[in-house]
Amino acid sequence: MNRRNFVRVATSSAGGLMLAFHLPGCSKTKLPGNTGLPTEINAWLVIDPDNSVTVRVAKSEMGEGIFTSLPMIVAEELGVDWDQVKTEYADANRNLKEDSVYGNMNTGGSRSVRMGRPALQLAGATAREQLIKAAATRWETDPKHCVASGGKVSWNGKSLNYGELAADAALIDAGDVAIKEPAAYELIGRPTLRVEVPLKVNGSAIYGMDVRLDGMVYAAIKHCPVIGGTVESYNDDSIQAHPGFIQVVNLETSVAVVADHYWQAQTAVDALVVNWNKGQGAGTSTKNWEAEFRAALDEEGVDASETQASFDEIKTALEASNSTLTGDYFAPYLAHTCMEPLNCTVHVQDDRVDIWTGTQNPEGATTIGAETSGISTDNVYTHNCFLGGGFGRRSNTDYVGDAVRIGMQVKGPVQLIWSRKEDVRQGRYRPMSAIRFTAGFDENKESVVLANHSVTHSILSGINRWIVRSGIDPTSVEGLAEIPYAIPKKRATHTIKNTHLTTWFWRSVGSSQNAFAMESFIDEMAEHAGADPFAFRLSLLEEEPDLSRVLEVLREKSGWGKRMASGTAQGLAIHESFGSIVGQVADVVVTRNGKVKVERVVSVVDCGHLVNPLTAGEQVESGIMYGLTAALFGEIRVRDGAVVESNFHNYEIARMIDAPQMETHFSLAGGDKWGGMGEPGLPPLAPAVCNAIFRITGKRVRSLPLSRHDLSWA
Amino acid sequence: MIELKVNGTTFDLDVDPETPLLWVIRDYLNLTGTKFGCGIAQCGACTVHVNGYAQRSCQTKLREVGGKEITTIEGLSPDSNHPVQQAWIEHDVPQCGYCQSGQLMAAAALLSDNPDPDDEQIDAAIDNICRCGTYQRIRRAIHRAAELAREV
Repeated sequence: MNRRNFVRVATSSAGGLMLAFHLPGCSKTKLPGNTGLPTEINAWLVIDPDNSVTVRVAKSEMGEGIFTSLPMIVAEELGVDWDQVKTEYADANRNLKEDSVYGNMNTGGSRSVRMGRPALQLAGATAREQLIKAAATRWETDPKHCVASGGKVSWNGKSLNYGELAADAALIDAGDVAIKEPAAYELIGRPTLRVEVPLKVNGSAIYGMDVRLDGMVYAAIKHCPVIGGTVESYNDDSIQAHPGFIQVVNLETSVAVVADHYWQAQTAVDALVVNWNKGQGAGTSTKNWEAEFRAALDEEGVDASETQASFDEIKTALEASNSTLTGDYFAPYLAHTCMEPLNCTVHVQDDRVDIWTGTQNPEGATTIGAETSGISTDNVYTHNCFLGGGFGRRSNTDYVGDAVRIGMQVKGPVQLIWSRKEDVRQGRYRPMSAIRFTAGFDENKESVVLANHSVTHSILSGINRWIVRSGIDPTSVEGLAEIPYAIPKKRATHTIKNTHLTTWFWRSVGSSQNAFAMESFIDEMAEHAGADPFAFRLSLLEEEPDLSRVLEVLREKSGWGKRMASGTAQGLAIHESFGSIVGQVADVVVTRNGKVKVERVVSVVDCGHLVNPLTAGEQVESGIMYGLTAALFGEIRVRDGAVVESNFHNYEIARMIDAPQMETHFSLAGGDKWGGMGEPGLPPLAPAVCNAIFRITGKRVRSLPLSRHDLSWA
Repeated sequence: MIELKVNGTTFDLDVDPETPLLWVIRDYLNLTGTKFGCGIAQCGACTVHVNGYAQRSCQTKLREVGGKEITTIEGLSPDSNHPVQQAWIEHDVPQCGYCQSGQLMAAAALLSDNPDPDDEQIDAAIDNICRCGTYQRIRRAIHRAAELAREV
């Protein structure tokens, strides 16, 4: 047997993960001891005598490209050539021990550049000043005469490379340091290939599921089909003789079977008959919930914004309106279905826990490892891997906790793998939501009042009880509470309505459903007013220069108003989320029998500044495709308390044949604005498509997915 | 014992012949580049070549491939220089990358069958799922790989 590839991952003494990284220009990658290295300039940076620079990334690489974009920010300030730079994960255990030296390591909310940039700039600039001072000391000159760039410090015809200076520099106080002005950027803004791509084209990138440890066994899991239900009883006699069988572990809401190999464990858990106590969710259905959510739209709701018109003002304005318009929108629960099914490898020892997984939240994984095992976080090490998709799902640590509980009953390391069925049926879902928009117009068809009421399953009520008491989950009203359009009377109200399903952050969170409702309804208003969708929006956005500029650029780039064949049309939507504005025009075809194809999507983006235009553009395309899957097919249904969908045959994903031509343009405000890029490309897609569908078919789609609707036209 | 030829090496395996080829490759041979995505031949993350044809290894049983030539992503080229691999790097195709072993194996099989596919032929031939939505770059990279293959 070929054992060459057997041990690809090992633990260093300090607990860092040794990934078999062979990043471009860094075949001699030094793997993280992570603390106490003499050449560690600061927690973020190691400069080795060979002049290679290792930048630690305290966020998770899940396809968004932060293994490239975050080191670019450090390298820009440090003054090194890009091919000197290597990337490795920062250590969550160290972050917990050293008072958050890396800040918040959770990757989500499109925050990595948006929030993480200042600390990275400071890390690079501080090191640069330390290196300059170290060189100046050697030359006995004033640091201000020395110049740092290209990985060396120069003065008076002499130069020393960073590798030669690093050990001295680490001991020097940098003092006050200056951060570069954007005009001086050399690396930031340059399209840069992702560093880890070579590993992802030959099978050598290590994801959680690829971790291989000596003596490792495997676990497969089966949860109560009704989320929240528990194990009543099971009889494992029938699987005792199953090949490779080791043991059953009762996890109360699930059972796991441990075996020598995964397939043995999975077939054994499939064969295990479990009696479940289905709990409070038994007998429920999404069909009934949808009716209940829609009915709750008639209730008054709680104020979602402090700066808005009162209930009475809205009532009076609507009564005084010359005409009114109402639209009830609906969005279903959605699963994340990351390509890599959830998995986690653990080794629980008497005084130490090691966790190998792909997680958006390595601190959370460490913490749940400690809480579950009773071992101090000081001795719990999370070795993050590449993530086969995250989209929010991997910031939840449910699967890590289960793996640790299994690991506590198993001698040696164990890898827990969820089947795809478990992944779809035991999701942490994008919430179900019903949203009502109401508008009033004066006799000139000018908009005078716009109100919305949303009824949404609260994500945060599962984390903080005060959310339910306050009546507002801010994630549920993202994009609804603050309406950018200048309409004299505006109001947003909200009602929390929960079911037994578990919900969580799903790419673009509240904006994923709220932009669909808002931007579809804005088109309904434009139609009512007899106005062009661009002109209508622009007339209400005179006080919003960035939104207006994005719309102007989009109108030109999309060829808006061009002559189109019968059965085709363009649709527009614009939405600001996570600090960035994205406007999209979708060119859509609907056949006479109602088949929808999105042919082209033109996006215009204002994220303030661009670190890596290449990966930013990729994220827009990725958001479009994730949003397109949801718009075309996405729906989690529940019958008798259990999720119906189970795998990609009935939870369909957009494929190559569904993919439109995508064109992305950037129109940047600059200044202090540094917007996120992981999520903002998604929210405008569904309303842009639905607005185009209306122009073709005359049918206004007010609920998703499109597969629910008969879109045939004559 | 079943004889399995993977990437030019022959293995004699004492493994349940009903085991899916995917799990034999991953858990017995420890070639982890071939990925588990769905287990029902829907997503294509597990695509390998069997006697030169793209096949989904999660629905291929070990007993069906005894003696056949299996190629996994690790064996696609000696040093990542297959035209699809070069084109994938040039076009920065992967994002999370998890599906890309399967996409590359599917694309390589397409090109050996049809050295210059147009967009429609690509759309029809490649139905592997990518949750990051890298399809537009995959399409471009397949055209580029076709070009690179002609240059050789």
